[in-house]
Amino acid sequence: MELYELTAHELSDLLREKKVGAVEITRSLLDRIEKVDAKVGSYITVCRDRAIEKAREVEGKIYRGEANSPLAGIPMAIKDNMCTEGVLTTCASRMLSNFIPPYDSTVVKKLNAEDVILLGKTNMDEFAMGSSTENSYFKRTKNPWDLERVPGGSSGGSAAAVAACEAVFALGSDTGGSIRQPASFCGVVGLKPTYGAVSRFGLVAFASSLDQIGPLAKDVTDCALAMNAIAGYDPLDSTSADMNYPDYTRSLVNDIKGIKIGIPKEYIGEGIHGEVKKAVLEAVETLRRLGAECEEFSLPITEYAIPAYYLISSAEASSNLARYDGIKYGYRAEKFTDLLDLYKQTRSEGFGAEVKRRIMLGTYALSSGYYDAYYKKALQVRTLIKQGFDQAFSKYDLVVGPTAPTTAFKIGEKADNPLEMYLEDIYTVSVNIAGLPGLVIPCGMDGNNLPIGLQLIGKAFDESTLLRVAYTFEQNTDFHKNRPRI
Amino acid sequence: MEYEIVIGLEVHAELSTKSKIYCSCTTEFGGEENTHCCPICTGMPGVLPVLNKKVVEYAVRAGLATNCTIADYSKQDRKNYFYPDLPKAYQISQYDFPLCKNGYIDIETDGKTKRVGITRIHIEEDAGKLMHDEWDTGTLVDYNRCGVPLIEIVGEPDLRSAEEARAYMEKLRSILQFIGVSDCKMQEGSLRADVNLSVRPVGQKELGTRTEMKNLNSFRSIVRAVEAEAQRQIREIESGGTVVQETRRWDDERGLSVSMRSKEEAHDYRYFPEPDLVPIVLDKEWVEGIRASLPELPDARKKRYVREFGLPEYDAEILTSSKVLSDFFDDAVKQSSNAKAVSNWIMGDLMRILKEKGMEVENIPFPAGYLARLVGLIEKGTISGTIAKKVFEKMFLSGKGPETIVKEEGLEVVSDEGALTAVVRKVLDNNPQSVADYRKGKEKALGFLVGQAMRETKGKADPQLINKLLKEAMDKA
Repeated sequence: MELYELTAHELSDLLREKKVGAVEITRSLLDRIEKVDAKVGSYITVCRDRAIEKAREVEGKIYRGEANSPLAGIPMAIKDNMCTEGVLTTCASRMLSNFIPPYDSTVVKKLNAEDVILLGKTNMDEFAMGSSTENSYFKRTKNPWDLERVPGGSSGGSAAAVAACEAVFALGSDTGGSIRQPASFCGVVGLKPTYGAVSRFGLVAFASSLDQIGPLAKDVTDCALAMNAIAGYDPLDSTSADMNYPDYTRSLVNDIKGIKIGIPKEYIGEGIHGEVKKAVLEAVETLRRLGAECEEFSLPITEYAIPAYYLISSAEASSNLARYDGIKYGYRAEKFTDLLDLYKQTRSEGFGAEVKRRIMLGTYALSSGYYDAYYKKALQVRTLIKQGFDQAFSKYDLVVGPTAPTTAFKIGEKADNPLEMYLEDIYTVSVNIAGLPGLVIPCGMDGNNLPIGLQLIGKAFDESTLLRVAYTFEQNTDFHKNRPRI
Repeated sequence: MEYEIVIGLEVHAELSTKSKIYCSCTTEFGGEENTHCCPICTGMPGVLPVLNKKVVEYAVRAGLATNCTIADYSKQDRKNYFYPDLPKAYQISQYDFPLCKNGYIDIETDGKTKRVGITRIHIEEDAGKLMHDEWDTGTLVDYNRCGVPLIEIVGEPDLRSAEEARAYMEKLRSILQFIGVSDCKMQEGSLRADVNLSVRPVGQKELGTRTEMKNLNSFRSIVRAVEAEAQRQIREIESGGTVVQETRRWDDERGLSVSMRSKEEAHDYRYFPEPDLVPIVLDKEWVEGIRASLPELPDARKKRYVREFGLPEYDAEILTSSKVLSDFFDDAVKQSSNAKAVSNWIMGDLMRILKEKGMEVENIPFPAGYLARLVGLIEKGTISGTIAKKVFEKMFLSGKGPETIVKEEGLEVVSDEGALTAVVRKVLDNNPQSVADYRKGKEKALGFLVGQAMRETKGKADPQLINKLLKEAMDKA
């Protein structure tokens, strides 16, 4: 086995036993990137020198016994919408194609404190808007399982990097499914934490009330380790939850006896691909066999989740992305006649089609005369969706279902049909709307040898139960051991 | 036809908190361009605002001091528009749930008190400054002011004249200064007003179409803008036209307003709740604690001056129109037994000299105690009233204490009979005609002679003693 194939906890053991050094591990990953990334296209920026330098520093610390984190010396990747001081942060947009932040996001600060090694910044849909990573200004990321297919999105670069062993683990962000759907498409574990559990400070905002940072990893244990590093109250984020955060590794227990699980009928009804449905129902059977009590239930107004999501997220995005005006940083059009023209040209040239579509949609939804019919209505739907989950969680510890209706689709297949692309998010957006945690774990392969992901949805701030059930599932199945051949 | 002017003011006051509203940058005025800013207040990608609690406290103070109801629940909203001085392209403000509402203040014009309603007070962030002047080819932006906390005080359309508008602004300024939430320096832009104005025939109930003039930053320009805009609207109507609802820019140099944008062109700000911030939920006890900590407000202090010191209403009003001035008076009075005299000095000589020098009360170059001591010197008879005026002038210019000036310049009253006898002799010798007149019973002649003697002694002689000596000399002979 090559070093780059190992999980963080396996590498951590080797490091602690001094069987291998951080520099050697980092080189292994960097060489892997060099070898396969031309094919996969996970990264926008690779910080080779910086990573090796950091690895040397951490190696010294480990030898001196000064680095105690289980993630010390572990090379990882960060989605290119989280600010990294001195390292290009583009959001996969021409608009920020030259933007080098003068500050670190809170998650990056926290990871630095754990002595992780940053390998680079991963590709994504522009400003995290998309479900295929096709909306990147820079490149298309391919699905490591089939290079003609998309890795999902918007955290497609992070998911592909972990699946192709170009990073031990990675951070993504999830506004409507952007961690979970690519995790499902690429066959890795992805966790969208509860809104407020991980600081958003330094995450370039798409939709502030929905965005959440989370890990993508090779297994549930690594996911828990990453959560231990990044979760926590941050005074710089007013929406961050000020509470005691658990040690997530304590949830890594192989026992789910008595756990009550609900499966929303609406999630396995019309629109879902047969093979995906089959794999999900088999996974439910497995959970039942392991001692969980599973039953189907109805989660009403699921059909309104997508429209509500696209109204709320686009409305917030139209405001969040207004700052990219060519004045202070980022791209500025070369030719313009006056201030208004500077804005128009810069934004016309700097943003891609999908971003423009959402800005227009959001601007419209917030405009006077339309606010009540669209934005306000969407907020009312939001309340109802929350109530629906509240009811479900009065009966169940966990809600389980599919992540996306299909497995990875072909590049270009849905690129010209935004509505069909938006339906990719049908099982994931409600979780963001309700602010709940959602975890995706591999639960099967389809006939094309493409991974299928099982989605576990938990009560707010109950990531522990998600991790426990996922860990138990993982310990009793082999899906997570599948690796694409590249 | 006779017209009535209807005015409502929206006043913006910068709060004097140490740090900005959503980051920890300093709010200090006048730093080098773009040195008082950080990724947060310059709207870098990924940054988030965190509300400065002091801002809420200051705004609540302002609300309580203007008799507002304090909302136990309020929230912040985004006001979206593009402009280079607004780095996020939205201003965080408050839309439908302001912090304070339904207040009032009392103003005085022509000796009459009038109650002016305050619709609401909300918190928001200031924008940066564009610098057009020095560069021909482009415009520069200074972000130092970005995120300086503001309160916007929205007044009811209760004002009916430029004078009332002025009185309202002055009263607001004085209240904000008294409660210590804003320095209200209009020349630095920390207090500015938007004027909403319409006219209607006297007796008409419904309001006329209004215009708005933005960012007036001196009392003078407010008065001038109100007068000019009212006249413009009246002319428009009289000539058969109609007033157009629009935003106008007041050009103080040219003394006229020009159209900026019409109602149709007005921005749709697309307000929506700021998702990066949580609602402001205030604890009743906390609010009551602030209420209890409010200092004496201008109206109360004015009443005290009239009651305790017997000052005329007008003088008390002037003294309490500025916290600095009022504190100066209070400070002087504590060290003097003659409040009335202290007030007269402030109202007279001090105000005059400040005006002459074009200075603000903030810049009075000597401590209040000096004025108290000057009054004391007159009362003790150490100097005369005339000399005191000279000492005051010197005190203002040099900042030296009154005793020092009197001593250095030898200005004590000469009340030595021996020294004054010679002066009396000289005056009598030089003015035989007046002496004759006096003896004929013309009392006025005595006054002239006293004046001559005072002049001879450069005002230092004790006038009563001179009077006595002159009379004695002339009656004797």
